[in-house]
Amino acid sequence: MKLDAKIPAGSLAEKWTKYRSTMDLVAPNNKRRIDVIVVGTGLAGAAAAATLGELGYNVKAFTFHDSPRRAHSIAAQGGINAAKNYQNDGDSVYRLFYDTIKGGDYRSREANVHRLAEVSRDIIDQCVAQGVPFAREYGGLLANRSFGGVQVSRTFYARGQTGQQLLLGAYQALSRQISTGSVEMYNRHEMLDLVKIDGKARGIIARNLLTGKVERFAAHCVVLATGGYGNVFYLSTNAMGSNVTAAWRAVRRGALMANPCYTQIHPTCVPVSGEYQSKLTLMSESLRNDGRVWVPKKLEDAEAIRQGKKTGLDIPEEDRDYYLERRYPAFGNLVPRDVASRAAKVACDEGNGVAPTGLAVFLDFASAIQRYGKSRAHSAGMHNPNKETITKLGKEVIKEKYGNLFQMYEKISGENPYEYPMKIYPAVHYTMGGLWVDYNLETNVPGLFALGEANFSDHGANRLGASALMQGLADGYFVIPYTIGQFLSKEIRTPKIETSAPEFAEAEKAIETQLQKLIDIKGNQSVESFHRRLGKIMWEYCGMSRNAEGLKKARTMIRELRDEFWKDVFVPGTVDEFNPELEKAGRVADFMELGEVMILDALDRNESCGGHFREEHKTAEGEALRRDEEYAYVAAWEWDEKEPKMYKEELSFDNVELKTRSYK
Amino acid sequence: MKLTLKVWRQDNTQDKGRFETHQVVANEHMSFLEMMDVLNESLIAEKKVPVAFEHDCREGICGTCNMVINGRPHGPQKGTTVCQLHMRAFKDGDTIVIEPWRATAFPVIKDLVVDRSAFDRIIEAGGYISVNTGQAQDANAIPIEKDLSSQAFDAATCIGCGACVAACPNGSAMLFTSAKVAHLGLLPQGKVESSKRVQSMVSQMDEEGFGLCSNTGACEAECPKEISIVNIAMLNREYMSSVLGSKVTV
Amino acid sequence: MSWLTKFLTSSIGRKLIMSLTGLFLVLFLIVHLAGNLQLLINDQGATFNAYAYTMTHNPLIKFIAYGNYFFILLHAVQGILLAIKNRQAKGSKYAVSTNKTASWASKNMALLGILIFAFLCIHMGDFWFKMKFTDIPMVAVEGLDYKVANLYSKVEASFAQWWIVLIYLIGLLALAYHLQHGFQSAFQTLGLNHKKYTPLIHSLGRIFSIVLPLGYAIIPILYLGNSMGWWTWFG
Repeated sequence: MKLDAKIPAGSLAEKWTKYRSTMDLVAPNNKRRIDVIVVGTGLAGAAAAATLGELGYNVKAFTFHDSPRRAHSIAAQGGINAAKNYQNDGDSVYRLFYDTIKGGDYRSREANVHRLAEVSRDIIDQCVAQGVPFAREYGGLLANRSFGGVQVSRTFYARGQTGQQLLLGAYQALSRQISTGSVEMYNRHEMLDLVKIDGKARGIIARNLLTGKVERFAAHCVVLATGGYGNVFYLSTNAMGSNVTAAWRAVRRGALMANPCYTQIHPTCVPVSGEYQSKLTLMSESLRNDGRVWVPKKLEDAEAIRQGKKTGLDIPEEDRDYYLERRYPAFGNLVPRDVASRAAKVACDEGNGVAPTGLAVFLDFASAIQRYGKSRAHSAGMHNPNKETITKLGKEVIKEKYGNLFQMYEKISGENPYEYPMKIYPAVHYTMGGLWVDYNLETNVPGLFALGEANFSDHGANRLGASALMQGLADGYFVIPYTIGQFLSKEIRTPKIETSAPEFAEAEKAIETQLQKLIDIKGNQSVESFHRRLGKIMWEYCGMSRNAEGLKKARTMIRELRDEFWKDVFVPGTVDEFNPELEKAGRVADFMELGEVMILDALDRNESCGGHFREEHKTAEGEALRRDEEYAYVAAWEWDEKEPKMYKEELSFDNVELKTRSYK
Repeated sequence: MKLTLKVWRQDNTQDKGRFETHQVVANEHMSFLEMMDVLNESLIAEKKVPVAFEHDCREGICGTCNMVINGRPHGPQKGTTVCQLHMRAFKDGDTIVIEPWRATAFPVIKDLVVDRSAFDRIIEAGGYISVNTGQAQDANAIPIEKDLSSQAFDAATCIGCGACVAACPNGSAMLFTSAKVAHLGLLPQGKVESSKRVQSMVSQMDEEGFGLCSNTGACEAECPKEISIVNIAMLNREYMSSVLGSKVTV
Repeated sequence: MSWLTKFLTSSIGRKLIMSLTGLFLVLFLIVHLAGNLQLLINDQGATFNAYAYTMTHNPLIKFIAYGNYFFILLHAVQGILLAIKNRQAKGSKYAVSTNKTASWASKNMALLGILIFAFLCIHMGDFWFKMKFTDIPMVAVEGLDYKVANLYSKVEASFAQWWIVLIYLIGLLALAYHLQHGFQSAFQTLGLNHKKYTPLIHSLGRIFSIVLPLGYAIIPILYLGNSMGWWTWFG
């Protein structure tokens, strides 16, 4: 199979504009006769469903949640990037494009990324018009802040809940289309299979989660916006329900999974506190502006802290290792996510971790408190303030800046971060890999599209902060509504697709059989326990750093685990009822197959880049070493129970020069 | 810590339902939902059907989780969802009574899971600004006073969990509805269609069978996002001025 | 359905009726108290009897009085209907209930309302009904060229009985709680909630809920004490 990215000709800056103006269109009278299925109602899915509905298509939208508003896009904290240059600091479409390509460690497509940077501006306009209450200055205009890895302020934000406000905007636009009848909404429906007729995606099989009934839905094309697969690691910042099932079932029907090994590990999360832990919580990247990361220099101090005999406060200044400041003097605590995460892992691997589990480092605000305290005392006209006053004033400043985050931390950990240094550890946060798509966001299966985190397209091997929201909305509002026409314009003579086709019956039967099989195993282990074991394998061997030996071992382990699962899992209840355990069982089964492909991809990619760190490929100082000559390609995997097969899409860089990232 | 849980079990909407008592060993670092996971794992080990409860993000923003714990929606802590509640809030030997949201407009689906689709229908009735993709002018074309924007934001933080309805002795959805009316009605972009919006949303809210607001303030006290009943006053005002003062009839 | 009937039967419209009638009744309470306090004048009821005569014979006041009866009934009937509707909307109750989040009064307005209504029936039966439909001895009042009913003697007789006074005190206690929530609630329903003014409304509500019932309560207590010989207020 030859992968054709279908990148339009022309100069980088004009590609999209020109392409958009010469694209095939579907006339309004024909749109009314065309059905589109959209699966997932996060930023990308809700935006796409709403916009396609506005254009006049008959849309059927699906979510496994009880309401489209629950999608995990809602949990994004920091913000959304856009090349508006409102701050007059020299931002431009090109600069956003360049930062994104570089941040992604040169493993993404130039044309896609440039288009993303172009439409970023329209997103902000659209969201403001929808009533998204972005932060504003006293003059009433929009405020911006800066984010990791860039030198301009281009991030628009809505307190610490930007994702929530953007999602509500998209949800409301979707609700409006539901009320006009152009979108038919199916809540509590989980897609379990893709139906292909004559090679084209023509519908889905979904289970009504309330009744347990397996149902058929037909359309002229299918759009997947079903998010990422970070939960393959069991513990991640993803929501409990986030899963790969819809995308994976498409893979089982022939779609390709691209770059599955690219996983973003976010450096600042609340550490794991015990075996029972079900998920991890992110603390915004912005904390690293003022927090200093350190571990004790002496192993015995670290040990004493782990046993609770000492706290961070007991360690004198000279016995602390501010390792990020030491290793990366130029960027210090503000190195990009992948670098900060790996450094924390190194410190803990060396035995300096500070939580009972050994897996945590300190994020300390004490010096920021002193600094701010002095400055505030000075502006208040106090010339010789005592230490208590300074500390008190400093804490006030910190509270103004990060109050909600500190409160969240205290709720989870039970420790007061104003007094004791915070404990943090990296956690799986985002997956750059996903379904392979061309420039039209169409997968290799004609008529099957993938948007947002579900596709692999724009972030290369590492995603910059505040870019996920941008990409989801760009795909949903401003890309798919146009590019879907390239496929659908050829389908205007296709009559309504009927669910009575034999392909639907076959798929439905297969799903019913699989569900029944899960119930019938009646083994002894819970779904959750398998998921937890899978997560441990993935995190240990395919997590923050990987090596060939470990990956090979992990592949065997995963295959064994899969066999064990299909022999010994216990799923209570029946198929024909509301049964959350059954839902989870299907999802974990898919994760176990995906996990194998992730391992294969990590094994194949014999280099270190972005979120993928191979221990065999590092510089003398332990930094990631890319191998552009051999590995500047997208690895797209075809599923096969015995031996998945990889196809390459070579990446060409005509507009940027490939450089080594350095933060020293 | 050892706990006694009295959990509501109900097989389906028609079932009458009953309390079931279970013993659980937890520790204070667990979140409340992780304690429920422990309970469910032990039920599964005994080949029993686990307690159905809804949850997703487990960081207090998606609005999925919902339980009434010892008579209080989302439990005893102010401004906290169940998923953010940790077992530190309880003592060894405590008995904890766990019930679903109770309101006629939120029928129980199973155990602690209720149907909150009425909220979606209220939003569909008018909880949006009618702007198609691509129609927007430049984002900075209309300056909005910082305080006003912030006030709209306070209302917009609603996570749609339904604790307001669960807490209200009348099962009223006024706080939810008013939060959206206030969020959109305060912003210049949303003012344009606010007359129609408020009438449509209130009429849908009434149709769903929610009770009437008697200003007890229980909703505001239990709202995990601490949304104020000032919004309810604004809804009342907007509704009256829309019905009595505008030409719009919905 | 016309827009008006739709409005009046909507949740907010029905609450508006409660709010407006409630506020009118607060006004009535003030006026009624002002009149009743004339019972404290030590003139063998001369001022009070003259006042009572005016209140029952002035056509304008009579008109307002009928309006008042209507509003009381409307407030009561609507209140009961809303309570039933709200009970239906709540469905089943929680096994554990808590009073931590809302005041007791706010959750028991219907109960308080019923108590007040029951008290009103007794009160009306005791005075208004007897004055209208039974023969109360007439007395001459200085300065008037006609005789007026001696309602004062009726009051004196009633409040000499401790159980009648007790009923009054219970009724007034219910009123106090009803006002405590009702007053500020009426403003909230009207949409009047403002950072600067709402605290004033709340304080005013609290003052009203104490001063009005207290003002009313003084009368039966003083009369009872007087008749029992605990103190001498009236010569």
